[in-house]
Amino acid sequence: MSNAAQILPPLAERHTLLGWARKNLFNTWGNALLTLLTGWLVLWSGRALLVWAFTAAEWGVIAANLRLILLGQYPIANVWRLWVSLQLLAFLVGNSLAIWGRNVRRISLALAAAPLLLALLPFGLQPRLWLAGLTFFGIVGWALGRPAGPRQRRIVLLGWAIWPFIFILLLRGLTPPEGRLPLVPTNLWGGLLLTFLLTVVGIVFSFPLGVLLALGRRSRLGAVRWFSIFYIEVIRGVPLITILFMAQLMLPLFLPSGLTIDRVLRAMVGITLFSAAYLAENVRGGLQAIPTGQFEAAYAVGLNGLQTMGLIILPQALRLVIPILVGQFIALYKDTALVAIVGLLDLLGIAKTVLAQPEFLGLQREVYAFISMLYWVFSYAMSYVSQRLEVSLGVGKR
Amino acid sequence: MTSRRVFTLFALMLTAALVLAACGTPTTGGTERIVETVVVTVEVPGAAPAPLPVPPAGYGATLATVLERGTLICGVNSQVPGFGYIDANGVFSGFDVDYCRALAAAIFGDASKVEFRPVTAAERFTALQSGEIDILSRNTTWSTVRDTELGGNFVHTTFYDGQGMMVPADTGITTLQDLEGGTICVQTGTTTELNLADVMAAEGVSYTPAVFEDADSTFAAYAEERCDAVTTDKSGLVSRRTVLADPSAHVILDVTMSKEPLGPMVRHGDDQWFDIAQWTVFALFSGEEFGITSANVDDVLASATAPEARRLLGLEGDLGLKLGLSNDWAYNILKLVGNYAEVYNRNLGPDTPTYIPRGYNSLYVDGGLLYAPPFR
Amino acid sequence: MQSAETQTAAIPIWRDERYLNLLGQAIFAVVILAAGYYLYRNMEAGLRRQGTTLGFGFIQGTSGFDIAETLFEYSRSSTFWQAFQVGLLNTLLVSVVGILFSTILGVILGVARLAANPLVRWLATGYLELMRNLSLLVFLVFWYLGVFLKLPKIKEAVIWPGPTFLTNRGIAIPWGVPTETFPAYRLILALGVLAAILIAAALHARGRRTGKPPLTILWAGASFVVVVVLGWFALPAAPLAWDLPYPEGLRIAGGKIFTPEFMALVSGLVLYTAAFIGEVVRAGIQAVSRGQVEAARAIGLTGFQTLRLVIFPQALRVIIPPLTSQYLNLAKNSSLAIAIGYPDVFYVSNTILNQSGRAVEMITLVMLTYLLFSLITSAFMNWYNRRIQLVER
Repeated sequence: MSNAAQILPPLAERHTLLGWARKNLFNTWGNALLTLLTGWLVLWSGRALLVWAFTAAEWGVIAANLRLILLGQYPIANVWRLWVSLQLLAFLVGNSLAIWGRNVRRISLALAAAPLLLALLPFGLQPRLWLAGLTFFGIVGWALGRPAGPRQRRIVLLGWAIWPFIFILLLRGLTPPEGRLPLVPTNLWGGLLLTFLLTVVGIVFSFPLGVLLALGRRSRLGAVRWFSIFYIEVIRGVPLITILFMAQLMLPLFLPSGLTIDRVLRAMVGITLFSAAYLAENVRGGLQAIPTGQFEAAYAVGLNGLQTMGLIILPQALRLVIPILVGQFIALYKDTALVAIVGLLDLLGIAKTVLAQPEFLGLQREVYAFISMLYWVFSYAMSYVSQRLEVSLGVGKR
Repeated sequence: MTSRRVFTLFALMLTAALVLAACGTPTTGGTERIVETVVVTVEVPGAAPAPLPVPPAGYGATLATVLERGTLICGVNSQVPGFGYIDANGVFSGFDVDYCRALAAAIFGDASKVEFRPVTAAERFTALQSGEIDILSRNTTWSTVRDTELGGNFVHTTFYDGQGMMVPADTGITTLQDLEGGTICVQTGTTTELNLADVMAAEGVSYTPAVFEDADSTFAAYAEERCDAVTTDKSGLVSRRTVLADPSAHVILDVTMSKEPLGPMVRHGDDQWFDIAQWTVFALFSGEEFGITSANVDDVLASATAPEARRLLGLEGDLGLKLGLSNDWAYNILKLVGNYAEVYNRNLGPDTPTYIPRGYNSLYVDGGLLYAPPFR
Repeated sequence: MQSAETQTAAIPIWRDERYLNLLGQAIFAVVILAAGYYLYRNMEAGLRRQGTTLGFGFIQGTSGFDIAETLFEYSRSSTFWQAFQVGLLNTLLVSVVGILFSTILGVILGVARLAANPLVRWLATGYLELMRNLSLLVFLVFWYLGVFLKLPKIKEAVIWPGPTFLTNRGIAIPWGVPTETFPAYRLILALGVLAAILIAAALHARGRRTGKPPLTILWAGASFVVVVVLGWFALPAAPLAWDLPYPEGLRIAGGKIFTPEFMALVSGLVLYTAAFIGEVVRAGIQAVSRGQVEAARAIGLTGFQTLRLVIFPQALRVIIPPLTSQYLNLAKNSSLAIAIGYPDVFYVSNTILNQSGRAVEMITLVMLTYLLFSLITSAFMNWYNRRIQLVER
């Protein structure tokens, strides 16, 4: 590339599309052939897809079932609770971007604009107001985060730590049906909401468990170490679906007679136990990367074992593996689709029930394409934002 | 620099939380806590209203639990139109689902106090066993093993059925023999799968099964002509045929491969609960027999003279109290849900897309098999 | 986690780290064992309430169900154990075929990501981003229901030359069936392998003597092909006869039929896993520093030699460990066959579980199977990894 910059092509080829194409796409016979082949492939598949999406596909099934796909059977009277937790999230995101995201302006703008764009879709007034609220609170968070001091940061981090619990609490509710926050039983949770919930719960609870397992695997106590190794390797050696089946069919047997936990919780247990083993291995990678000098220095200044681990080693190790952990959590989000096989009505499960409705039979392509797109959009957005943040923060590097 | 501090802080907080969470010695810290954390994982989301423990099975225990909870938990299907499925509004509907509503009406006088749990074919018996559901109403076939080894009691047959075979009409297939060399779609984990293998082996017909996890996949594959035929209970075939692209292009063969009496199922060990569930079925039957519908039940209540109808509606005697319910239990069923014919017609009647002729499922006076014991 | 202070005789026993360590382990072990025992007791009580006990005796019972795709003779009167074996072989088949093709596609993708042609590069990148952010299960279901079942119906089968029948009942291709000379041909195959090994050894020895790296794989492979082809024509009759597919009644008879379930599962797994392998390959190639290439050119190696002797061996060292985990992922992901009805070991076990009611036994058996599979694969790949590391240093 640097050579090409020095020897400028003839003026005619320099800034024209044709010139660029001749230099990059048709410079040799082989390359020209390759270009034509790929070009044909792209055009042919792209055209087929567009023709299908705009002429053949019957998207009515999505419009008629949008609420079911997004929220499952979550009672409409209680949807405001979901919105409130989303407003909190928007506030946190705005605040965090103001503090740490100085170099990712474009993403911030896109995030702020996204709810407004969604509001253009034919929703009712209320969802539109809520969507606008997301932008509003995001901007408020952004404004408040501008003069960020260390204290502000601590508060935001604390906010991130407690948000999942507020989210779960709000969704689930506290009081009997007459009260202010009526309980919504888990069998009504479904669709994208349930997928998100399973992911959030999986992340939040597998994190401490995974860190403990990683520490246990490096413990000098044989019993602890061998148990950790056994657990991690067994879980990593089997597919998630077997763990979910175990959670669904065997967990009720392990509990004392009379105690039951419902299916959504059982799936959460399975996902958490599974995710923890992978997380432990990733954290262990971070721990191994910490030079022994750090341990020695910590001892030298008089810290005991617990202090060394908690104040010196673990913070560095976790910081190192943040990119990997983000990747793992995205994978977890995609993996939650497996709960549909054990009969939960998550995004995939609800897609199956939509396809059972008499008027929408045989529309597999439309429904599955739509939910694939939902998975794709969130997964891609998460990985894109995290990559940009990593670059701007320099995490993952020491 | 600053960002690094932030992450240090974050990690610190986390570690502190971990350490606080576990009050073990630092030496054993590592994994001893794991066990505790697992338990926490189970409990935190469910902490607020831990599911009510099921008291040791015994007379009256289930009703007490249900009353205390305030709702009935009913295990249903979510994939069979007409019997149990979720419509676009997210509401459960169907024949089996309405039975649950009738039971809730009998217990609470409110047909909406029922929580539907969609259970898969595979897990339905475990769910009933472990007390996760109070009653299973999910087109389940009454059989010896299920009545004994699987720890349940079938309440009564609410729908008489038999396994059938559906083929596209234009194939000209009329007997099982014609399916020689063909592919047959079937759902796994059911008696259907076993009956199919039995019958085809007995008939000496070689075929290829295409086995799927749930009803939706099975019929989706059939609709795409992945198979030459699809087999399940005849009711299922009828209800599913109506939602195929062109129902008239499919015929159900005139063969019955097995008897399939379908009905609700309760746990072993609580005879009172069994009685309530059973007499709810009989109340539905008798409502039709006496001509009491949700529309005229109030008139009947005001003017009823026939002694048995009066006893059914609680005007005479205290049959409801004997069941552990209020005396207007049957009135509530008929008022809020309707009689058997209403339930049937609402879900499977001629005006529905899932029309199934009554056949065996008519009153004994009409030549069917529905026959309720006397209310006295 | 313990601070390593030096011990003195004055330290009392309750502060002596060695004893504390032992005590800690003992407490830990007791807690774990007690928890395990408690859970086991609960399970036993639960099973007793259901009227069953643990045991694998049931596995010799008659299965009672049919399976669509079997690699050996199986019927409804076979045992549960035989059904399980059918599933196991199917899983192995899917894994081996899937690994083979995803490696090929993955390498192509990895190289395409670094291609000079921008169009090729963008296409590869776009494909990668598309696949890596999809949920595999959703993709498989879509792929099966939305693509393979939408192929032409059996009566309107698309017939490609061969003949190859393309229908939503499966894809039928001509297939060789052994004739009476096939046993003799087996000997010739063995001979071919022997010839390849001998040539490889000879080349290796010469390479060591002369210092010229031999093209072992090329010549050994060529010698195998020569022996095998000559042997084919040397026999009085061809050892394999073409069995051509043809429509018969309700099905397509003859030839080899790949069912849509098998095709959807394998191709879906390949398309998905290849995206990840592509990234692994790209990272491996990029890990070889430019200096290496320049140095190789400087000592006079040709482009192909540079690739074969410098880049490839070094990239392989970086590639093998993550590649292993991708292979293992593919094998484990094949358990998603349950969603599209391909009878792999997990699906068959699930059927056995439903028909026999033996949840604990079957789930344990399946988990042990996958665990064993993982252990064997990683042991093999570790061995291979160690070998290439040694050779190159």
